[in-house]
Amino acid sequence: MFETLTERLEAVFKKLKGQGRITEENVKDALRQIRLSLLEADVNYKVVKSFIASVQEKAIGQEVLTSITPGQLIVKIVHDELVELLGTTHTQLTLSGSPPFPVLLVGLQGSGKTTTIAKLAYMLKRGNKHRPYLVPADVYRPAAIDQLVTLAKQINVPCYPSEQSDNPVDICKKAVQEALRSGCDVVLIDTAGRLQVDEPLMEELQKIKEAVHPSDILLVVDAMTGQEAVKVAEAFHERLDLGGVILTKLDGDARGGAALSIKAVIGRPIKYVGVGEKIEDLEAFHPDRMASRILGMGDILTLVEKAQETFDQKQVEKFEKKLKKNAFTLEDFRDQLQQIRKMGSLESILSMIPGMQKMKGNPALQPDEKELIKVEAIINSMTRKERLNHAIINGSRRKRIARGSGTTVQDVNNLLKRYVQAKKMMKRFSKMGKRKSFGRGDFPFPM
Amino acid sequence: MTEEKKGFFKRLRSGLSRSREQLNEKLETVFIGRKEIDEETLEELEEVLITSDIGFETTQTLIDSVRKRVKRKDIDNIDQLKAAIKAEMRDILRHCEGRLPFDDLPIAPYVIFFIGVNGVGKTTTIGKLAMRLKNDGRKVVLAAADTFRAAATPQLVLWGERAGVEVITHQEGSDPSAVVYDAIQSAQHRLAEFVLVDTAGRLHTKKNLMEELKKMCRVADKVMPGAPHEKLLVLDATNGQNAISQTKMFHEAIGLTGLVMTKLDSTAKGGILLQIADQFHLPVYLIGVGEKPEDLQDFSAEDFADAML
Repeated sequence: MFETLTERLEAVFKKLKGQGRITEENVKDALRQIRLSLLEADVNYKVVKSFIASVQEKAIGQEVLTSITPGQLIVKIVHDELVELLGTTHTQLTLSGSPPFPVLLVGLQGSGKTTTIAKLAYMLKRGNKHRPYLVPADVYRPAAIDQLVTLAKQINVPCYPSEQSDNPVDICKKAVQEALRSGCDVVLIDTAGRLQVDEPLMEELQKIKEAVHPSDILLVVDAMTGQEAVKVAEAFHERLDLGGVILTKLDGDARGGAALSIKAVIGRPIKYVGVGEKIEDLEAFHPDRMASRILGMGDILTLVEKAQETFDQKQVEKFEKKLKKNAFTLEDFRDQLQQIRKMGSLESILSMIPGMQKMKGNPALQPDEKELIKVEAIINSMTRKERLNHAIINGSRRKRIARGSGTTVQDVNNLLKRYVQAKKMMKRFSKMGKRKSFGRGDFPFPM
Repeated sequence: MTEEKKGFFKRLRSGLSRSREQLNEKLETVFIGRKEIDEETLEELEEVLITSDIGFETTQTLIDSVRKRVKRKDIDNIDQLKAAIKAEMRDILRHCEGRLPFDDLPIAPYVIFFIGVNGVGKTTTIGKLAMRLKNDGRKVVLAAADTFRAAATPQLVLWGERAGVEVITHQEGSDPSAVVYDAIQSAQHRLAEFVLVDTAGRLHTKKNLMEELKKMCRVADKVMPGAPHEKLLVLDATNGQNAISQTKMFHEAIGLTGLVMTKLDSTAKGGILLQIADQFHLPVYLIGVGEKPEDLQDFSAEDFADAML
């Protein structure tokens, strides 16, 4: 996320670190680099201008702070400014008034509204114990209704049976009543993608708004959007008075300048970000963390939160007991792997770890999802007895396991070696005896 | 023929007119009330170009070249400045003017892969192209090789019904390479001229999905040596500088043969195409300027540059 911007700023600061103090000349040099990288990151031209101006003002005004190194000073100034630009805290979905709360998702074609709505429903259902209701109101794109219906089934959430021949405004009105009848409290409406200059379709959105009085209206924006982002956001905001923004496709290498520009121009918060293809790959947008991320400080907090959400407490306790008795079996090993995979793609997990941004270019460090699948297959090919006691796995058993999992005996050997190592490590932990519980942020697995 | 050509220009212009108006409007505001071209004019021109997604470096190149000519007094008024920039753009874009060999197919079936990140309009582009080819009396088979996204297959099937062409489908979640295999085979049996393959949207940074794409190419080559004959990357005009990264990484992974740019009917200017043309020298075959089947157009550097300024 924002990798290239991070790299550039780091390069600038590396240059600065060599110098004893900031002169007006090297501030200028750094600012030029920051301006260039922000422009290349698709941050809006005007936003860049005002951003640079305020950083410059602060950088030159703080010459007194010679106690810390100039590099750090500029990092701090740029960081603070970014945080200010992005907002200061995370803003939740607005659900006010009496249920059901209609929520409208709008945006250009292909920004990812339909996928996002399913992710949002899943998040509401899982986290806040809401009962979401999905409404396909895109009657124009072929099979758009099918798409939402299919996703609704996957996450087991009710969905309004729209027909392509229906009027979108009617669909929304009826759907809200239907949601109320079936006891749902959040009505997520998927509207058709439209250009902000498409008069009839923009009017349709206004009619939908008047008909259902949404509790929140979210603009879905592709993180790869260019200078256009500002115009799109302004036009939708003017018509609908948006409540916030969801930024999608942030798992690519888009520098995401759109995030900075939109917040600066319409003054509405970015509430969530889409970070992958899996249904759970929607995250709360944390402006402060995002700023850290831009500056290459990683995003360890999101990772911790994710781990807490994924590892259920009972399993952790069970695991802990086993650890104390040093009875960590291959079966537990497999469970741990499955838990990790539940947290999302390895790539997205790794990108949250500080310093990993820089490693991205290195092919040797590319996370290989297939490797995990392989390990799981090997363990699955063992008998229960073998899983509980690895010592009985002799040569012929190894051959059988390799055949069964479509791997080689070497793969099986490797896995067993790693397992024994992990076990030894845990033995050491349990001998220390001090680790009474796995609290917040401790990972009950060897990483 | 002339009438048809006129129709084409009109449609392209009306599709691109929004971009043109906007850029022109900005240029006018830059130039109004100013007789001489000074550094300030050029700086403001820089803003106009950058906000058109042309990108920082290409903008610099364009401005540097006119700056020299301003100094030599080759250019001394606004109209000349505009004409000069337009000509520069045209020169850059000319590298990437290209035509698909529809009228003189070297081999049949001609297998075309449509590739790109999520949401750029691959399926819609295929639907529009299928209708155009079918109307010309050509025999087309569509391959629904996006087996990942929910309801991607029904979306293509509906386009197939509209166009009246056959669509080869598999179940959701099945191996996309198998769809490619079946589609080519089926096209060979039916003596179809085209196989248009709709691949799943994928971010260019996902290693495993790029591997999947490579496999699809290998499988196509296995069932029909030389296939796929075209690997077209579909780019969204509303995307900014990331389009370069997309082109670079897809090109490195599978070796693209050309580009398609969609959503040029938005207010986005597609200025990124200049940078891509400059760097990769890939032909741009088609552009999308609207939702109707006839809104899929052949790319012309002349028209594109004309419509931009």
